[in-house]
Amino acid sequence: MVSASTDYGYDSKVEGGVIVSRADAAINWIRTNSMWPMPMGLACCAIELMAVGGARFDIARFGAEVMRFSPRQSDCMIVAGTVTYKMAPQVRRIYDQMAAPKWVIAMGACASSGGMYRSYATLQGVDRIVPVDVYVSGCPPRPEALLDALMKLQAKVRREPAARRLLSA
Amino acid sequence: MSAEFLAALRSRFPQAVDRASADHPAVNVPLAEVGAVLKFLRDEQAFDLLMDVTAIDWAEGANPRFTVVYHLLSTTRAGSYIRVAAPCGGMDEAPVAPSVTGLWPGANWHERECYDMFGIRFEGHPDLRRILMWDGYPYHPLRKEFPLAGIETALPGADVAEETGTQVVAAPMAGGPFVASSGEMNLSEAEPRAKDESWSDRVAQPGQTPLRQVKE
Repeated sequence: MVSASTDYGYDSKVEGGVIVSRADAAINWIRTNSMWPMPMGLACCAIELMAVGGARFDIARFGAEVMRFSPRQSDCMIVAGTVTYKMAPQVRRIYDQMAAPKWVIAMGACASSGGMYRSYATLQGVDRIVPVDVYVSGCPPRPEALLDALMKLQAKVRREPAARRLLSA
Repeated sequence: MSAEFLAALRSRFPQAVDRASADHPAVNVPLAEVGAVLKFLRDEQAFDLLMDVTAIDWAEGANPRFTVVYHLLSTTRAGSYIRVAAPCGGMDEAPVAPSVTGLWPGANWHERECYDMFGIRFEGHPDLRRILMWDGYPYHPLRKEFPLAGIETALPGADVAEETGTQVVAAPMAGGPFVASSGEMNLSEAEPRAKDESWSDRVAQPGQTPLRQVKE
């Protein structure tokens, strides 16, 4: 990861002020620590999502407190709740409107698999319309579970070949 | 108390006959009379609140197949609640009933829901569109022949359907519908759960399309 180098660019004026790293590490470091969520609150999971944003659980500790209701300004869509077939195209459109890089957390049983709604009206898992990075179990999940999902997503983002993707895009 | 308005209703509309009911007074009326009966109940018997408009599907081949049911409440006279049922006219597949939006504007959404779920056309309704399912959905889900899991059809939003390669599928019932064991004192046992777990999301039910994942 990021480490100070003392033997590179020896110059008494900048000694100790030069840090050498990979572009991936720097880019991913920036991305992981300011991951602005798009709160796709569709059902009761959204209440837990609000709790995560509150002072007690405080998602701000992970740099993700800036809930953006505009897909243009968000990085991570948190699908919190039951996605009906009627809502599915809108969820996909909002995902399409988010600027890359973008990630998706499927929060709770309904978003992950349709949950207990084995019915004609419910999309059987949001991964059928958008690529999901992290699934969270629970009905609804505890706030800690969502924080854990966010940390797992951050760990995933840290491993991404960000520079190569940026150059190839 | 209830006898008063029932007696008044019967003397005015001799066609109204008692309907078996476990709780509130209920009457059966012919479909042609239902508008007049409801207007009478609203204007002369103070049933000012339309609680619900719903329907019964008596199963395929039954005659009549559909019955529309109106629930009325009086907010000015305590304990006055009446259920009015009328057998639907029309064919099995295209039942019709008169709209009561002229009497209670609140009937608008009730009738739209009833149309959405049962396919009953309310004549005179100002805006009879689906209210729960999306426009263009080809079925009426609360009809008896419709399976709870649903039927394969196109996703609303053709562009999204094409982009994701996804469609509406019959939900994997996975041994469901999920049933709660009422009276079970062990709460984790009492939770709603599928009784048959021999197949699931990963193990497709024989003869059914497995769930398709999103195109990357």
